[in-house]
Amino acid sequence: MRTLLTGNYAVAEAVKLSRAKVIAAYPITPQTTIVEKLAEMVEKGELDAEFIRVESEHSALAAVYGAAIAGRRAFTATSSHGLLYMYEMVWWVANARVPLVMAMVTRTIGPPWNIHTDHTDLLTMRDSGWIISMAENVQEAFDLTIQGFRISEEVDLPFTVGLDAFQLSHTAEVVEVPDQQEVDEWLPERRQSYKVLPGNAVTIGNIGPNEYTAKLRYAMAKAIEDSRKVIEKADNSFGEKFGRKYGGLVEEYRLEGAEYVVVMAGAWCGDAKDAIDRLRDEGLPIGMMKIRYFRPFPKEEIKRLEGKEVLVVDRAFSMGYMGIFGMEVSSVIGDVTNVIAGIGGVDVGVEDFEAMFRKFASRKLQRLEWWPREVFS
Amino acid sequence: MSLPMESILLPGNPACQGCPHALGLRALSVLENVVLVVPAGCTTIISGVHPKASFSVPVLHVPFASAVAVASGLAAAYKQEGVEANVVVWMGDGAADIGFATISGAAVRNEDIIVVVSDNEAYMNTGIQSSGTTFWKAKTTTSPGGKSEEKKDLAGIMLMHRIPYVATASVGYLQDFVNKLRRVSEIRGFRFIHLHSPCPPGWRFDSSKTVEIARLAVKSGAWILWEYDGRFRISSPSKPYKDETKRVPLEEYIKTQGRFRGLSGEDIEEIKKKVEEQWKFVLTMEKTFK
Ligand SMILES: Cc1ncc(C[n+]2csc(CCOP(=O)(O)OP(=O)(O)O)c2C)c(N)n1
Ligand code: SF4
Ligand SMILES: [Mg+2]
Repeated sequence: MRTLLTGNYAVAEAVKLSRAKVIAAYPITPQTTIVEKLAEMVEKGELDAEFIRVESEHSALAAVYGAAIAGRRAFTATSSHGLLYMYEMVWWVANARVPLVMAMVTRTIGPPWNIHTDHTDLLTMRDSGWIISMAENVQEAFDLTIQGFRISEEVDLPFTVGLDAFQLSHTAEVVEVPDQQEVDEWLPERRQSYKVLPGNAVTIGNIGPNEYTAKLRYAMAKAIEDSRKVIEKADNSFGEKFGRKYGGLVEEYRLEGAEYVVVMAGAWCGDAKDAIDRLRDEGLPIGMMKIRYFRPFPKEEIKRLEGKEVLVVDRAFSMGYMGIFGMEVSSVIGDVTNVIAGIGGVDVGVEDFEAMFRKFASRKLQRLEWWPREVFS
Repeated sequence: MSLPMESILLPGNPACQGCPHALGLRALSVLENVVLVVPAGCTTIISGVHPKASFSVPVLHVPFASAVAVASGLAAAYKQEGVEANVVVWMGDGAADIGFATISGAAVRNEDIIVVVSDNEAYMNTGIQSSGTTFWKAKTTTSPGGKSEEKKDLAGIMLMHRIPYVATASVGYLQDFVNKLRRVSEIRGFRFIHLHSPCPPGWRFDSSKTVEIARLAVKSGAWILWEYDGRFRISSPSKPYKDETKRVPLEEYIKTQGRFRGLSGEDIEEIKKKVEEQWKFVLTMEKTFK
C-alpha cells in the first residue's frame, strides 16, 4: 500500500509491522512523534505490545534491555541529549550482545539549544558495538527499521536507524508499506543466543577474569565484522521480496566513469544527487558513494575509490581533528578533501552542493573547509 | 523461626564475615520464580567470579542507576509472554541515590516488581562513602568529620508514592523480614522494602555483632519497623518502643560502632531529636492509614 507518512510515523509503522512487544521511550524533539504514534497504536489495540512510560532515556534503554534479554522484540527511540543521557546503557546493551532496535533522529548537541539536525549525536555511538545505519529518505528509514530487527537478531548486536531531524522525521513522503503477512514472511520470529527466564539459574554480567572481558570483546569484534555479510544478505533478500535493494553498506550513485566522488550520508544526499545530475549533464564525471552503514564501516567499498578525487561532506566534526566521516574515509584511502557543512541544521540545498562540487572539481576547495566560507570568516 | 531451608545464596560466596546483605539475600529464598536484578555494589562481589556464581536463581547484573528500569522491562516481557516471575531488584542505598528517579518512576507506573534496598548507610563497595541514608553524624571516607547533612527517609518517600506495599525491615529480625516477603508475594504491583543492614567493616564493629547491632538499632528506636499495604502498622519487633521509656538509650546503639567515635553529648542530643521526629512521623502515618 502506498501511504503518505513522515519519517517518524514510517518508523512507528515499521516497528508495528515488526511486531515489537515492548516499547519504552522518553520524549525529546524531534524523536517524540515516533513514540507518541506507537503509544497510540498500543492504546488502540493495533499493536499488541507493552508501552513503558519511563522517566528518562537512561531508563528507556534499560527497560528495553530488560525486555530484550527476557526474549521479547523491543524498541526505543531518541535524539541528541536523550542519547547522551542514556550513553551508559548504549554501551551496556552492546557489550551484553542483546538484539534490539533504536531509532536515532539526529539532532545537534547544545549549547546553544537547537533542535535541528547534524550527525554529532549519532556518531558518538561509533565505538560502542552498535550497528549504525543512516537513512536518506522516509522509505529507507522504514525499510531499515524492519531490516534492523532481522540483522540485530542474527548477529546479537543492537541496531540503530539514524534519520535526520525534520528533513526526514517531520517530512511526509509517499511510502510503500507492505502488509503484515509480507513482513511476517520476511522477518522471522525473534531469535537470540540467551534469555533470562525464571528457573534458569544463569548469572549474567558478573565479575570475571580480565581475559574473560577481552574474549567477549574479541567475539563482539568478530560479530560486527561478520555483520557485513548479514547486512548484504538482508538487503538482497529484502530487495527480492519488496523490490527495494539499496546496495548494502553503501549505495553507489552515478559512479560509472566517475573521476570525482562525493562521500556522505543522510537526508541531504538527495539534494547532493540532484546537484550531481546537473553536473553530469554538463559532462563533469562526478558520482556519489552514499554511506548507509557507519558501523560496520564500509572499508572495502571505500577502497574502491582509490585513485579518484574524493570529497567527503561531513555533518559532524571531531574537535581537534577533522570531520568524522572525513577521518574515517581518509583512514582507508589517505588524504581526502573534507567539507564540514550543515552543522546545527544550517540549510544546505541543491544550489549549495552544485557550487561546492564545482569548486571541488576545479580544485578550489581547501583540504578542510567549513561551508559556506562566508559564514565562518 | 520459619526461614526457608534452601537458600538462593549458595555457601562459599565471597561476602565478608557478618555481611548483612548475605543475611538478607538468604531470606529472599521464600519467594518463588525469582529473577534477581543487581546494580553495582557489594552484591556484585557477593555474586562471585565467572565462571562460578553464588546464586541458584537467575541474576542479571546491570549499571548502577538502571536496576529498577531493567526490572520494569523484564516484568513487561514476562507479562507479554505469560511467564510467572517475581522480578526482584536487590540494591544498595547508593544505587537508590543515583537511581532514585528510576525507583520513583517505576513506583508511579506501579510496575509489577519487588524492590529491596539493603541499606548499609554508605557506599561500601567503593570504600565507605556517605550516602543519602548515612546516619546523622556518622563518619565515612567522604564525611571524615561526621555526616553534617540530613538522612533521608527512603521508605517514607516511597509511602508517599501510594504504591501497594511499603515496609521497613532489619537483618536483625529476619523472621519479620521473611513475613514481609511472604506478604509481598501475595500482592502484585510495585512493592518496596527498605532493609536495615549494619555492615561490620563500614560501621566499624566486630563481624560477630551484625544481628546484635541491627537489633540495638530497633531497640533504641533509631530504626523503626513498619508495614503498609493500604493499612499502616508498626511491626511487632518495634511495637514495644512506641513507648519511649521502653527504649534502650540511643548511646547504647551509638557506642557499639567506630563510625560514631568522638561524638559529643551535643551531637547525640541532636540525633535524639531526629529520632524523635521520625517516631512522630511513623505514629502519624499509623493514625492516618488505619
Ligand atoms: C555510574 C556509576 N557511578 C559510580 C559507580 C561506582 N560504584 C560502584 S558501587 C558504588 C557504591 C555502591 O553503594 P551501595 O549502592 O550503597 O551498595 P553497597 O556497596 O553499599 O552494598 C559506586 C559508587 C558505578 N559503578 N557506576
Ligand atoms: S562491606 Fe559490608 S555490605 Fe559489603 S560485603 Fe562487606 S559486610 Fe557486606
Ligand atoms: Mg550501601
